[in-house]
Amino acid sequence: MVENGIGARSLRKEDQRFITGKGRYTDDINQPGQTYAVFVRSPHAHAKVNGVDKSSVADMPGVLAVLDGTDVAADGLGNLICGWAVKSKDGSDMKMGPHPLLAQGKVRYVGDRVAVVVAETYAQAKDAAEALDVDYTELPAVVDLAKAHDAGTLVHDMAANNLIYDWEIGDGAAVDAAIAEAAHVSRIDLVNNRLVPNAMEPRAAIGTYDSGLDQYTCYVTSQNPHVHRLVMAAFVQVAPEHKLRVIGPDVGGGFGSKIFIYGEECVVTWASKKIGGRPVKWTCERSEAFLSDAHGRDHISHAELALDADGNVTALKVETKANIGAYMSTFSSCVPTYLYATLLAGQYKTPVIHANVKAYYTNTAPVDAYRGAGRPEASFLLETLFEQAAKEIGKDPAEFRRMNFIPKDAFPYQTPVALIYDIGDYEATLDEALRLIDYKGFPARKLAAESRGKKRGIGFSCYIEACGIAPSAVVGSLGAGVGLWESAKVRFSHTGKVQVLTGTHSHGQGHETTFSQLVADKLGIPYEDIEVIHGDTEKTPVGMGTYGSRSLAVGGEAIARSCDKLIAKGKKIAAHLMEAAEADIEFKDGTYTVKGTDKSKAMGEVVFAAYVPHNYPPDLEPGMEEGAFFDPPNFTFPSGTYICEVEVDPDTGVVRIEKLVAVDDFGNVINPNIVEGQVHGGLTQGIGQALLEGAIYDESGQLLTGSYMDYTMPRADDVPSFEVVTSAGTACTSNSMGVKGCGEAGAIGSPPAVINAITDAIGGRVEMPATPQKVWAALQGMAQAAR
Amino acid sequence: MTRVSMTVNGKAVSGEIEGRTLLVDFLRQNLGLTGTHVGCDTSQCGCCVVHVDGRSVKACTMLAAQAEGSSVTTVEGLAQPDGTLHPIQAAFREHHGLQCGFCTPGMLMSAADLLQQNPSPTEHEVRDWLEGNMCRCTGYHNIVKAILAAAETMQGGMPRAAE
Repeated sequence: MVENGIGARSLRKEDQRFITGKGRYTDDINQPGQTYAVFVRSPHAHAKVNGVDKSSVADMPGVLAVLDGTDVAADGLGNLICGWAVKSKDGSDMKMGPHPLLAQGKVRYVGDRVAVVVAETYAQAKDAAEALDVDYTELPAVVDLAKAHDAGTLVHDMAANNLIYDWEIGDGAAVDAAIAEAAHVSRIDLVNNRLVPNAMEPRAAIGTYDSGLDQYTCYVTSQNPHVHRLVMAAFVQVAPEHKLRVIGPDVGGGFGSKIFIYGEECVVTWASKKIGGRPVKWTCERSEAFLSDAHGRDHISHAELALDADGNVTALKVETKANIGAYMSTFSSCVPTYLYATLLAGQYKTPVIHANVKAYYTNTAPVDAYRGAGRPEASFLLETLFEQAAKEIGKDPAEFRRMNFIPKDAFPYQTPVALIYDIGDYEATLDEALRLIDYKGFPARKLAAESRGKKRGIGFSCYIEACGIAPSAVVGSLGAGVGLWESAKVRFSHTGKVQVLTGTHSHGQGHETTFSQLVADKLGIPYEDIEVIHGDTEKTPVGMGTYGSRSLAVGGEAIARSCDKLIAKGKKIAAHLMEAAEADIEFKDGTYTVKGTDKSKAMGEVVFAAYVPHNYPPDLEPGMEEGAFFDPPNFTFPSGTYICEVEVDPDTGVVRIEKLVAVDDFGNVINPNIVEGQVHGGLTQGIGQALLEGAIYDESGQLLTGSYMDYTMPRADDVPSFEVVTSAGTACTSNSMGVKGCGEAGAIGSPPAVINAITDAIGGRVEMPATPQKVWAALQGMAQAAR
Repeated sequence: MTRVSMTVNGKAVSGEIEGRTLLVDFLRQNLGLTGTHVGCDTSQCGCCVVHVDGRSVKACTMLAAQAEGSSVTTVEGLAQPDGTLHPIQAAFREHHGLQCGFCTPGMLMSAADLLQQNPSPTEHEVRDWLEGNMCRCTGYHNIVKAILAAAETMQGGMPRAAE
């Protein structure tokens, strides 16, 4: 067994630089001759742009260039795109309105990019951007998702009723029949509140054009530099793909918001050429981030759950309206469809399910994937409805779920909404969570709370998610414009040290550590001898990046397979060196041995022979470097049970989370520290959604929650310490490591657990975020109704 | 332009700056000390916390000129010159108190000030103190754990007072 192998709580390799201030984020990079870009953004939610008067700032100090939509059009640059084509149920294409880098004739949300000012200093660029004269004619704005269909105003002329698609999945007739025959039907209307991702590092980009080499370089806060390069080259056409290098240095969190290809990175790269090649740097301010980062969630849904007389679920019907914002961001179309409705089976054997999703434009910031992306919306709807149904028919919510679980001997399990779950054991995670929370002791804790004047409640959530995104042929058949494989290279040097090159890119997940553990384990070499390289399209093989809890399950498998190839090649070399048959060579813990003898060669000796092939198999290429592409055969399906206990103060409406237990089945675990840390962070974002966070636009489309003074981020004193169990669950069958992915679970499973606990405590459900004001008002309303 | 002089991480420094230059910009732009980060524009997030004359300060909320003559310590100056980590740095690594690392410098500087003022804080006191430091990755769980562990180390391994 190697130290720091699979399963070890290895300390992170990344940490030395981060705790000493030596991290290198995009805004930390400064280059000779650097200039500064500031974007001029629309103050209106919807307006005609009659003109940009560049002369109004041309003579201001330091101004080098002012570029607007006319320049973009004159240079023939393409539009930003949404890369997943979702079709309506009538077979028609989704209505993708043009999304220019800089507004062309019209602005569609507050924060929409109108122009960019490039100047010698940041202050000069900012001063000129504030002074730039733009002539607008305001138009009525479509802000309310519920009213978007009949608003009478169109965000994009090509999308009648602001409808992007009207999509469905499942057997609607069978569901209607089951509902008609049901002994009981539970019905719910609910809102999934709009969130702002808020990675602590604001977005940033630096574009440089080298006229000598005719090459472009773009540093950008990206979760997927290769996808950035692809879209910037193939669609926006800033530069041909082979002439464009995209580098994502250290990335300070993303949670989805740094997947997307935004206009800013395209514009600074293009602008560098316009000003003769000097680097152009843009760093987003937080207020600007609130306006212009892609937001998350924002659904309105109605759902019906049919039950037979024994409490078995017989059907689920879901109708959802999803807000896409003013433009279709990179992956926006798949979030409320294939990442949402396909998860509506949850952990349950519901025989028939039908979902209809209508996606709408509004004059608000684009909405796209945010931690969990579609799956939190599915889990919130399902787990809130299951809790309600259990209460309506007088069953214990835990036991109601248990009786409807897909049993552990039913895998692989085909759900009625397309997915095939490979493996799981839902009772195991439920039982462990019930034990940890001491469910039997809850009535006593409730009584004790009552004696203190508090209302105590308990809430459940048994979530499932589809991760390891994604089998290319499957997503291709559903409209994805790309394959979702991953790639890697593993390269020994003469001295036996290893470079691991991966197409994924960490933005806090600790890939340098996890991948090193994986390689140390596979090759039997010291963890310290391994370097993980990522985030630079010029250094790493093409990969699709980091999101959808895919980096280990897909990217890690490409690394594992590269290692397997190295081991196999090493066998040939070891056989030659030890004058044995290849079939007699065994490899274990970094050493090749001849079966049944004491003859052995260490990996280092074999590697050296490969690079100094003086005594070497005649038909074998020198060198020890192998790569692999891995296209997963299926999604992975992490699952688990979260149970939350809250106390509500009836005098103030303040909700306090007393206990939150999370038991997850992530399959096998490489580094428990890192996996638990992912859950902690996800739980807190989920608690943020449940209790604190919500992006609010006023009727005219102004974002009211546009700063940390107005948008309530979870702070240390808003959350408790957690009890998290991530010990090995059921090993995933879609990769050799048996891993499932852990990045999103916390944010998927926790909101319904928190909300169900509040409902249990106060006897009625409030919409998220369950602020003290809403909870207090609900309690007053109930008290009045009782009088 | 104004000339400012101060001591940063034990070294005398000076620079010509515009009057409106914030301390954080002076540190990042003029001195190249990019460990101090900017995460917001309303003095909320705490990514930019440094020590000015021994107390934690949000460097985005102070003009560089106001630090004239002061002694400033940034995250780059937290470890010993020989590289030995401050106990709070060591504890963050030991307890996985950071993920993306962006809030970390501010967290470390803020926590170091807490432990100067209150060497044996309770969990509640730690969470209360961190009100001015946001983290989006860790859910604060391991940050709190790390700070409590660092307090023990700095107390010579003595157990903390009961909450």
